[in-house]
Amino acid sequence: MSRITRRFAQLKADKRAGLVTYITAGDPDGAISYQILKGLPAAGADLIELGMPFTDPMADGPSIQLAGQRALKAGISVDKTFDMVRRFRNETGDNDTPILLMGYYNLIYQRGVERFCKEAAAAGVDGFILVDLPPEEADELKPFAVANGIDTVLLTAPTTDDKRLPAVLKYSSGFVYFVSVLGITGTKSATEEAVRTHVERIKRHTKLPVGVGFGIRTPDQAAAVARHADAAVVGTAIVERVKAGLDDKGKAKPDLVPGVFAYIKALADGVRGVRKA
Amino acid sequence: MAISPNSFRTGPDERGHFGIFGGRYVAETLMPLILELETAYNAAKADPAFQSELDYLLEHYAGRPSPLYYAKRLTEKLGGAKVYLKRDELNHTGSHKINNVLGQVLMAKRMGKTRVIAETGAGQHGVATATACALFDIPCVVFMGSVDVERQSPNVFRMKMLGAEVRPVTAGSSTLKDAMNEALRDWVATCETTFYCIGTVAGPHPYPTMVRDFQCVIGNETRQQMMKAEGRLPDTLVACIGGGSNAMGLFHPFLDDKGVRIVGVEAAGHGIDTGQHAASLTGGRPGVLHGNRTYLLQDKEGQITEAHSISAGLDYPGIGPEHSWLKENGRVEYVSATDNEALEAFQLLCKLEGIIPALESSHALAHVIKLAPTLSRDNLLVMNLSGRGDKDVPQVAARMGMKIES
Repeated sequence: MSRITRRFAQLKADKRAGLVTYITAGDPDGAISYQILKGLPAAGADLIELGMPFTDPMADGPSIQLAGQRALKAGISVDKTFDMVRRFRNETGDNDTPILLMGYYNLIYQRGVERFCKEAAAAGVDGFILVDLPPEEADELKPFAVANGIDTVLLTAPTTDDKRLPAVLKYSSGFVYFVSVLGITGTKSATEEAVRTHVERIKRHTKLPVGVGFGIRTPDQAAAVARHADAAVVGTAIVERVKAGLDDKGKAKPDLVPGVFAYIKALADGVRGVRKA
Repeated sequence: MAISPNSFRTGPDERGHFGIFGGRYVAETLMPLILELETAYNAAKADPAFQSELDYLLEHYAGRPSPLYYAKRLTEKLGGAKVYLKRDELNHTGSHKINNVLGQVLMAKRMGKTRVIAETGAGQHGVATATACALFDIPCVVFMGSVDVERQSPNVFRMKMLGAEVRPVTAGSSTLKDAMNEALRDWVATCETTFYCIGTVAGPHPYPTMVRDFQCVIGNETRQQMMKAEGRLPDTLVACIGGGSNAMGLFHPFLDDKGVRIVGVEAAGHGIDTGQHAASLTGGRPGVLHGNRTYLLQDKEGQITEAHSISAGLDYPGIGPEHSWLKENGRVEYVSATDNEALEAFQLLCKLEGIIPALESSHALAHVIKLAPTLSRDNLLVMNLSGRGDKDVPQVAARMGMKIES
C-alpha cells in the first residue's frame, strides 16, 4: 500500500478530511524552502505537494509563476528537488507523510521518464501531479510510475464529464484531484454547492479519495471543502505567504517561516474542525 | 535516417502524433474542449457549405489567389535559379495569416463560441484575427508580449482600430511564447465560450493539422500557377519558419513530389553559435511545451530558453510538430539565416523588385540569396513571400540609423 493510500486510510479512520499543502521547491531559496518543507507536517499538512518550477507554467496564476521564477533564480533544479525530499525523509524520520511532485511534463521527459521515476522513488517521492499530461498522453509515464511505486494523481476539471471521467480514472491512483474551477491556480473560488455536486459525481465513478483544489484561501473555505471531499488542497495562498515574508530585496524576513506555519495551522484547524461519518 | 513512409501527407495519427511529435499535452480542463474542436473540425471538413464559405472569403475578402510572380531582376542579380515569389504579402492584412484565421473564425462561429482570443508575435496573426472578428462581429482579445508591443507598434494600433483588445504580456521574456502561455491561461478560464485561434501549426492536436489545412491554399495555388507558367512543378521551395505555418502551407502539397527540394529557414538571430537565436530545429531538441512535443530551445533540465530574432514573428523557442517530423525523416532541409542576413535581404528586395518584405520573409530571402546562385538557370525556385514589411519599417530604419519623421 502506498504512503498516499495509507494516509487517506488513516484520515478515514480519524473521521476527518486531509489538508494538502503546496509549496514551490526552492522558493525563495533552497535553505528556507527546505525549512518550510520540514515543518509542514507539524504545522498541520497531511500530504505535501512540492512544485517543480518551470519557465512556462501555463496553468498557473501570477503567484505561483512568480514563486517559480524566484526559485529558478535561486538555482533550484530537479536534483536539488530530489535532495529536499531525501533530506526530509532522512532528517525528520517522517516515513508517513506523502510527498507528491507537481509540475509540467517536460522536466520529466528531458531526464528520461524511467530514470526520473526511479530517482524520484529513491528520494522518497510518492506521487506525481502533472498539469499537462492528460490521460491521452499518460501512457508514456504510467508504466514507469507503477514499476517504481509512484502514484499518478490526474486532474479532473468541471469540464470532465461523466463520459470522460473513466478515461481519467484509468490512469489515476492515490487520489483524484478535482480542479474546482475553470481557470488557472489562485484566481477564482468554487461555491460549496459546486464542490459537493462534483465530488458526489466523481465518487459515483471511483472508490479513490477525492482532493479538491484551486481557489481555497481561508480556513472557512478549507472547512467547506472538507465537508464534501477527502482532502482540501491549498497552494497559491501559501505561496503568497512566502512572498509576504520577503523584504524589498527579496530576502527572507525572520517571520517568513513562522508566518507560513501559522497560516497552515489555521487552515488545518479549519479542516480538522469538520467531523466526517 | 528513418525509413521513408509511403506518403508524407497522411499524418497525424488519430492521437495527433506525427511520429513521436505532436500530441495533446494540455491541462485536463482544456482536453474536452480540444476533443470537441476536433470533432467539429472533422465535421466542417466534410461539409461542402463550410468549404464554399471559406473559399468565398478567401477570394473576395482576402484577395486570393495571390500571384506567383517571376522576380526577374532578383533572378538576374543572383545568376542562378529562376526565382518566383509567392505573393502572400498581398493578401488582405498583409500576410498569410488571414488564410488560417478566416478558417478558424468560421469554426468559432460554427461552434457557437462568442469570444475569440489569439496570441501574436509580430502582430500579423493578431491583426488578421482582429480583422476577421470585426467582420463577424465577435469580441476579440489578442495577447502580445510587451517587447513585441514595443517593436511592432504599427500592428498594435491596427488591432485596436479593428476593435480588438490588446493585452501586453510582461511574464517571462515578454515575447511570443509568453503571449501563448497567457492565451492558454485565459482559455482555461473561459473555454466554454471562447475560441482560441492559434496562429501557427503548433499547439495541441488538432491545431497543427487544422492550421496546416487552412494554409495549404498557398501550396495548392503555387502548384497550379507553376503548371500554368512553366508547364511543370517547381524544383525548389523555400520558406521561413517560426512556428512554421506559411512554410507548411507551401510545403505540404508538394511533400510527395520527390523531385521537389524543400527548404525551411529558421531565424539564426545573432548566429547559432552565439546561443542567441530562434532556430529550434538547428539548435534545440525534442521536448513538450504548449500542448505538443516538438523541437524546443531548452536547457539541460528542460527549462525553456529565450529565443532571439530581429523578427518578432520568428522569435519563438518551438516549432510546429510536423516540421520536427519532417526534419527527422529527412524530407525537408532546415537551415537558418541571421538577423543581419535578413536585413540585407530586406533591402535588396526593396531595391530590386520594389517590394518591401516582412522581416520574417526576409529570412527566407536571405537563404534564396545563398542558394539560387548554386542552382542551374532552369531550376524553378519558389519562395513564399509570406508577409509585407510595412510593419517593420520603423524597426529597420532604427537599425539603419535613419529617423522617421512623424
